[in-house]
Amino acid sequence: MTDRDPSGESAVIDCRNLWKIFGKRADEAMKAVREQGLGKLEVRDAFGCVVGVQDASFTVARGEIFCIMGLSGSGKSTLIRHINRLIEPTSGQLFIEGQDVNALSARDLRGLRAEKIGMVFQNMALMPHRTVLENVSFSQEVRSHDARARRETALRAIDAVDLNGWDQKYPDELSGGMQQRVGLARAIAADPSILLMDEPFSALDPLIRRQLQDKFMSLSANMKKTTLFITHDLDEAIRIGDRIAIMKDGQLVQVGTPEDIVTNPADDYVADFVAGISKLELISAGKIMEPIAAFEQRRGPIDLSDWPEAHPDQPLDYLVDLSIATQHPVVVKVDGKPLGIVTKNALLRGIKGETPGEDIARAAQ
Amino acid sequence: MANETAFNILDPFSSVDLGIADKTDGIKQWAISNRDLIQPIKRFFNEMIVGIDNALNTMPPLVMLLILALIAWQAAGPRVGILVATSLTFLGFLAPNAWELAMTTLAIVVSAVILCFLIGLPLGIFSGKNDRFEAVMRPILDTMQTIPAFVYLVPVVMLIGIGNVSGVIVTIIFSLPPLIRLTSLGIRGVNPSVVEAARAFGASPAQVLFKVELPLATPTILAGVNQTIMLSLSMVVIASMIAVKGLGNEVLRAMGRLDAGKAIVGGLGIVILAIVLDRITQGMGQSGRERGHRHWWQGGPIGAVLRLLSKPNQTATGDLKSET
Repeated sequence: MTDRDPSGESAVIDCRNLWKIFGKRADEAMKAVREQGLGKLEVRDAFGCVVGVQDASFTVARGEIFCIMGLSGSGKSTLIRHINRLIEPTSGQLFIEGQDVNALSARDLRGLRAEKIGMVFQNMALMPHRTVLENVSFSQEVRSHDARARRETALRAIDAVDLNGWDQKYPDELSGGMQQRVGLARAIAADPSILLMDEPFSALDPLIRRQLQDKFMSLSANMKKTTLFITHDLDEAIRIGDRIAIMKDGQLVQVGTPEDIVTNPADDYVADFVAGISKLELISAGKIMEPIAAFEQRRGPIDLSDWPEAHPDQPLDYLVDLSIATQHPVVVKVDGKPLGIVTKNALLRGIKGETPGEDIARAAQ
Repeated sequence: MANETAFNILDPFSSVDLGIADKTDGIKQWAISNRDLIQPIKRFFNEMIVGIDNALNTMPPLVMLLILALIAWQAAGPRVGILVATSLTFLGFLAPNAWELAMTTLAIVVSAVILCFLIGLPLGIFSGKNDRFEAVMRPILDTMQTIPAFVYLVPVVMLIGIGNVSGVIVTIIFSLPPLIRLTSLGIRGVNPSVVEAARAFGASPAQVLFKVELPLATPTILAGVNQTIMLSLSMVVIASMIAVKGLGNEVLRAMGRLDAGKAIVGGLGIVILAIVLDRITQGMGQSGRERGHRHWWQGGPIGAVLRLLSKPNQTATGDLKSET
């Protein structure tokens, strides 16, 4: 969203070689993994331990929305709980704004959780005995802010998620979508710099999910919060994420922008996921165009005057609309200067996910 | 003689005598020799019980009846209020001294339940949080609930002497377990994801306990209190064997004289007291959702009074609005 700097010191969340092994003999298992390079199944058989997260390293820059996508059991919920140390890692380090989270005292950790990190849960996890207002102001209540300030900030957060007038209701009087909006309001009430979203919209029906995604995206565009977003839905990850990490069996298989992931899947597992994804919004004209020189060489000189025009960054979806309206191929132009041509064939290939211009070039030769 | 002590592998039990009964009888000696230590504590608790008893008995019966009915209405609604009022009226008419005896019994029960709550709640919370502690507590609670009262009656009397304090202690031993068990159950039954959310938003362990776990476990804990009250009432007859007065004593004396009529009067009195206390505490144990998310002071007689008090203000503002 803003400046992306995955390596430098501006990383808000910096996760280095994080391991989590569950079980009584976790430390022994960790040692064996280090020294003998045991795999997940070997650890299970030899030590009776379950490997939750394997050697996860990633960074999230300020203001970035970082999606972690994986199927259930892939360890993504375990991973996100290390960020605010709801789970202690077996090995590895985690820094938030340069601060080693696992070195914090209990008191400092509580301060970090209440003031810097907001979290939204898949099952809402609202407190049924508290009103919406009391739920939203919880993080400030535990920091013993005074009642009036608490009320004001909570009402502001409730307003931000369009729940005006519901503040005195109890969670069980609200619909699922509204409950999750309360969850979102609770997470943003203390104005934290980091949001942890643990499959926040998974339990909702598709229409409400879409609405909440839109709401979340408009909120996050305004607030510029560094967000770690967990989902099992690749469509959602692509819609929301600036970068996506694909997780499998506790490992981060691939980390990249949505376009990277869709066009260059790292392995068969990712490719399988990506297969069903619509490329219309993800692939841009620049990726599928044939350079103008190659095109002219193939077809001879051409008159571009009544051909439709597009910018290289415009998505396939836009090109489809242009192509429907005319017989001609689309000209890709920057500042009025033609760069390349997208024929209907190239467009159809693009929709199938076959991007490389090399194919077209090869066909031309 | 030689035949008796000869060891028989097929029946080892009758030929070996470990002398457990004789050795444990030493408890009695220990209790007798340590009586002085216990006297100040005994005096404190005795004053507490006598104080409650006096307070309940100096109140005119009709006023007391009205207060109990109002408490019932507040806790469980108008129907229970009426039920409690009629039951108590019936109790009063059972015998000329029935009311007085019932209040004495109530004083013993109230003292026992207060002490049970003070002891049982922390133990219950701890065993709800700690599996090992719960594993240790379990056989102890089983013992407390099932061991015949006559077994501990003697050492308690030897240590403390007869009277109200011993009666309350004997009652506590029997009626404490359900409170501990249900408190533990209530704490364990709290949705773990809500607890996790509280931690994620920076709550300390104490804040998690007081702001999340205890409020959510309250209905279960109050069910435990209800059971504790019921069991305390079932102990009043046994407690009267060590000179505790009240309805239980009536039943015991009637039994001695084979006076069935008097026994029925005392027994019915205990039953009515049990019904009254059960309905009131059950009403308290309703969860927020069952009460339609009203605070306890928003309904019942207190709610009615509060609405009456706030009405003048509302009409005043209403008038202002209609004028403008």
